[in-house]
Amino acid sequence: MIDTLALLTSILTITLRAGASLIYGAIGETYTERSGILNLGVEGMMLMGAVTAFATAYYSGSVWLGLLVAMGVGATLAALHAFLTVTMRANQVVSGLSITLFGTGLASFLGERLGPASNNFNLVGMVGPRFSPIEIPGLSEIPVLGAFFKQDLLTYALFLLVPLAWAYLYKTRNGLNLRAVGESPQTADAMGIDVIRTRYRYTIVGGMLVGLGGAHLSLAYAPGWSENITGGRGWIVIALVIFAMWNPARAVLGAVLFGGINAVQFRLQAGGATTIPSAYLNMLPYLVTIAVLIAMTWWEALSHRIGAPAALGTPYTREDK
Amino acid sequence: MKLELRKRESISRRAAIVVPLASFGVSLLFGAILLIVSGANPLQTYAAMAGGAFGSVNGLTEVLVKSIPLILTGLGVALAFRMRFWNIGAEGQLTMGAVAAAGVALFWSQGMPAWTILPLSLLAGCIAGAVWAGVPAILKAFLNVDETLTTLMLNYVAVLYSEHLYYVAWRAPNYNSGTERIPEFAWLPRIAGRAHAGIFIGLAIAVLLWAVFRYTRWGFELKIIGANPTAARYLGISIARNIVVTLLVSGAISGLAGAGEVLGLTRRLQQGISVGYGYTAIIIAWMAQLNPLGVVLVAFLMAALAVGGDQIQMRMRLPASVGVVLQGMLLIPMLAGSIFREYSLHVSRARNQESRIENREDTDRQEDDAVDGEAAETGGANGSSRSRGTGGAAGTLRSGGTEGSAGSLRSGGTGGSA
Repeated sequence: MIDTLALLTSILTITLRAGASLIYGAIGETYTERSGILNLGVEGMMLMGAVTAFATAYYSGSVWLGLLVAMGVGATLAALHAFLTVTMRANQVVSGLSITLFGTGLASFLGERLGPASNNFNLVGMVGPRFSPIEIPGLSEIPVLGAFFKQDLLTYALFLLVPLAWAYLYKTRNGLNLRAVGESPQTADAMGIDVIRTRYRYTIVGGMLVGLGGAHLSLAYAPGWSENITGGRGWIVIALVIFAMWNPARAVLGAVLFGGINAVQFRLQAGGATTIPSAYLNMLPYLVTIAVLIAMTWWEALSHRIGAPAALGTPYTREDK
Repeated sequence: MKLELRKRESISRRAAIVVPLASFGVSLLFGAILLIVSGANPLQTYAAMAGGAFGSVNGLTEVLVKSIPLILTGLGVALAFRMRFWNIGAEGQLTMGAVAAAGVALFWSQGMPAWTILPLSLLAGCIAGAVWAGVPAILKAFLNVDETLTTLMLNYVAVLYSEHLYYVAWRAPNYNSGTERIPEFAWLPRIAGRAHAGIFIGLAIAVLLWAVFRYTRWGFELKIIGANPTAARYLGISIARNIVVTLLVSGAISGLAGAGEVLGLTRRLQQGISVGYGYTAIIIAWMAQLNPLGVVLVAFLMAALAVGGDQIQMRMRLPASVGVVLQGMLLIPMLAGSIFREYSLHVSRARNQESRIENREDTDRQEDDAVDGEAAETGGANGSSRSRGTGGAAGTLRSGGTEGSAGSLRSGGTGGSA
């Protein structure tokens, strides 16, 4: 009995730790998509956030500086996406893909170039400062729920960020304007909202959060840099936004689901008590993503609900009415 | 002075050639900055890359080796992109093609006549690739499930599966990451160095697709669906059927790329089958503006960048990923420039007068907005001031959520269900 509780606590602890980067990313992408911009560059932005955060922290010794740089890098790439899609009216899908391809390539180049000379300029295998889990005395000893109080600072910050992100979107004038731009830019424009500026702003804010998600990977969840540290998390983030029906609070549920899969996978593999080949276990997150997408699409069709902002993916110009 | 974009009467052909070339220049320029920052001489590096790719027979044949899978996956992706179906799963389709071809070549050679194994293996590669693309196609066609995510997720599944095969299930006893060698009668013949006959298959498919796009009804239907799904539906074109058929073909071509790698190059299923060709294919297809003959050209160039990258790693101890960065950078100026195909840039003076006219037009338009279509239900917004408009528009927002305008797309992709 006590063993079961301990097991559950440990699974939940890992779940939250694994889910944190997903939540950062999903909130960021939700904001971006709410403005009508689909950003498929999340994977590349996360990788860039992860590599620059780790490199900065490694040389400066400050994880905080690492976070700042990761946010800046995420914002820069997002601004590029906004420039291409909003100003230059490029196809949003292709622009996002190109950000991912570029970010992936550049991150792997930087990982092979930013390291110390003693390691042949390679960052892989270096140990740097990190966000370690902080146990809150008393609270962390509660069975199962104690898992919420054995986290790193970035995960704790989410306890604040998630409700704030939800309230901003649904309870403030700015949030209303943002949703209006994503639903009907024409109407929003007529209301006097600057559609172009709104789209730029929230694409960039989204990029910052995605960068933070990447930084959580290389500074807290799996401290250090390894090529492809994200393992497709950027894409899972995009699926999570759909799963959460563009609601930042609901994204937590999705992130916990995916974090949970990671945790169970980890447990099974660490325990060695399974005959399932590890490759099949490793496929789980990707297969579950597909299953979740099918279920969500089906459910939306049955219940006649559409969660996606109506103008998602379409450029806005005043001529094209 | 004021810069202004005006819509062109027709799509500019000159821009279609100038923009990709300029993108290549910008990409090299960005790469040069990156190289200078990391302490290397860009001119030397580029010279070494070009020398490595084109300076020797060996280099040239290696470029050919890499261009085979790039041509094939590039064609597969371009075919799907024609109808704006975002198949980004070429990597997985290639991997499954390699798996199936290796499986047939390794395990069917007992009971079958030897000469049948090569064609059967190629066919198996096609089928596996087609299945891998067919699943997302069916999900999109009948349930409207977002295809970017499903095709991409299947890449990870395919790569993990192939790893399981060559590390565990099919691993040769004295090898740690590869199967037994496939029997010689199943090899795809080599034509020069390591370059194999797959290049002819690639070129043939390119010409075939070019003819399909130009002369057939199918090619026409793909174009219409890509440009305007609603119009396609009015014309009686079945979008669902087109999605499934096109994607089966698209996947089969990418599967063939994988089969070619196994039967012509590595001659066993081993580590290094999946090295990102399927992602580079996206860059290739878009740079070539979805033109099959353009795909061949761009694929060759990309192969040269990759071979050049390998060379500078060996010679100058720079990361081979320089080539990948240059490839990744290509699309960004390309996308920024593509606006000039449809718009031309005008510089005009007399700012005051013009902006006043524009302002008046804006007000007219706002009134139009308020009167027509969706704004009808907002009631209060009609002809009202901006602040009152807010409340009205919020009403639209909510009703838009529950009714859900029928045609609204999630990814702006191929259009809804049939």
